[in-house]
Amino acid sequence: MTMLEVDQFSVRYHSVVALNKISLRVEPGHVTTVIGPNGAGKTSLVNAIMGLHDYSGTLRFPFAPDATRTTEARVKARITLVPESRDLFGQMSVVDNLRLGAYIDRYQPRNEREGRLKEVFRLFPRLRERQSQLAYTLSGGERQMLALGRALLLRPYLLMLDEPSLGLAPLIVAEIFRIIQTLKDDGVSILLIEQNARAALKVADYAYVLENGTVTLEGKASDVANNPRVLDSYLGLGHKG
Amino acid sequence: MSFAIAVLLLQDGITNGAIYVLLAVALVLVFTVTRIVFIPQGDLVAFTGLTLTAFETGTVPGTVWILAAAAAIALAMDLMPLILRGRLDLAVRPLIEMGLIPGIIIALSLFAVPREASLLWKMAATLAVITALAPLMHRIVFQPLVSASPLILLIAAVAVHFGLTSLGLHFFGPEGVRTPGFTGPSISIFGFQFTQQSLGVIACSVLLSAGLYAFFSRALTGKALLAAAFNRRGAELIGVSAVGAGRRVALIAGLVGAISGLLIGPTTTLYYDSGFILGLKGLVGGIIGGLAGYPFAVAGALLVGVVEAFASFWASAYRDVIVFTLIIPVLFWRSMVAPHHEEETE
Repeated sequence: MTMLEVDQFSVRYHSVVALNKISLRVEPGHVTTVIGPNGAGKTSLVNAIMGLHDYSGTLRFPFAPDATRTTEARVKARITLVPESRDLFGQMSVVDNLRLGAYIDRYQPRNEREGRLKEVFRLFPRLRERQSQLAYTLSGGERQMLALGRALLLRPYLLMLDEPSLGLAPLIVAEIFRIIQTLKDDGVSILLIEQNARAALKVADYAYVLENGTVTLEGKASDVANNPRVLDSYLGLGHKG
Repeated sequence: MSFAIAVLLLQDGITNGAIYVLLAVALVLVFTVTRIVFIPQGDLVAFTGLTLTAFETGTVPGTVWILAAAAAIALAMDLMPLILRGRLDLAVRPLIEMGLIPGIIIALSLFAVPREASLLWKMAATLAVITALAPLMHRIVFQPLVSASPLILLIAAVAVHFGLTSLGLHFFGPEGVRTPGFTGPSISIFGFQFTQQSLGVIACSVLLSAGLYAFFSRALTGKALLAAAFNRRGAELIGVSAVGAGRRVALIAGLVGAISGLLIGPTTTLYYDSGFILGLKGLVGGIIGGLAGYPFAVAGALLVGVVEAFASFWASAYRDVIVFTLIIPVLFWRSMVAPHHEEETE
């Protein structure tokens, strides 16, 4: 079943229109990416999908129809977002941050949750080393890993990632994308918001180009990657002169 | 001063301190989760005594009407936007939380607590009324301010305090009350005599503060409440709503306040405005621990109680002055040793 469907979807901040009647779908097990320049409305899109901001138009999670009620309901349906601002609990230890990711499963057996924790530590050995450190002492890359790890403790069905590579060193970016690939292989449906179009299109199945609040191009990721305009504007391969 | 007097004062100080411990712990609890310095906590304590006395004399306590009005306002605030948005499917929860539960408590207080009812039942009714009041207060005043700065929240808390004292004067009048307490022969421990009342106070205080400490340092649910304070959006993304966390904490604070009121009622005369000084003493205790740590708040509040006892022996007219002066060196010391946290909040 389709994981996410938005249609005629608009987001506004007072009189400023951030998103204007866009339509988008996320298919199960696919990585769907939304690329586009700064200020195109990408963050507004995921925040509104997550219920953190008001929207108009249709938003549906066909696999979990009740999830549109509140943010909490979305999390209970295992839909979550790794926001651009990471939003960690700075004064808590790394391991507490991670454990809280499984908050909605707090009545389930502890072993099962601790098993998820071990899996995340396997994906991010660095977090295991720093597990008792307070989250605010982490470096930028480690914070991103922690934010992603916390989301994975939820065992998400639909995972939205907002600029996971923003401001990170190239080696860490590569690591983050390697993990996105792993998650995809595990069958997690992913909506990936990225400015790093090259890496995003490589891992994605389907892509949308968002500019000035509207979708200007969509298609299979490989097709979008070969589109001359995308090559020119986002992949930096345009012909000079 | 002889040793015997010193021991007596110490004992008295610890019993009073145990009450301040409850206040301090409640203030720390509310502050760590919501950043609200919950001044009305003291009013809840005073209202508990006044409510129980009203039940004792067979009249309907004014707090029942306050509860009814608060429930009506809170319910309207919750339902209005749902009606406007046409989302009546979401109305069930507010109807239960703000309508049904306060309704049952009000009905019980009106019709099921006759004058000749047992003290325990009256205490239970008092506990229910006061506890229910706190989350409604949170809904009406603090929920709309969920993203406001601590200063704005403090101003709102002071306003709530003044509102409550005015309502207290209107409903209960200016007379002070003393409530009945546990009676029985005093108990001797290590050769010192303790009344059952003071032992009860100390036991409750120890149990509640230890329980809260364990809840927030061990249980995932407790940590989730703290998480809502550290990062509201982050908490939403793990399925913890900041509004729900605030309300739950207000409920616990209301319960702790009502218990403190039942404990302090028999030993102190409570007036409609007694809450402020009580709350302030709890606050002094809490501030010694930076309003953040339970063990420090407990130690601070006990210190306040003991200093107060000795101060009333030596210079009883300056009792409160001495207690509140205590805060100055403490603030000095804290500003030297405590790290500044502001830049760490993302």
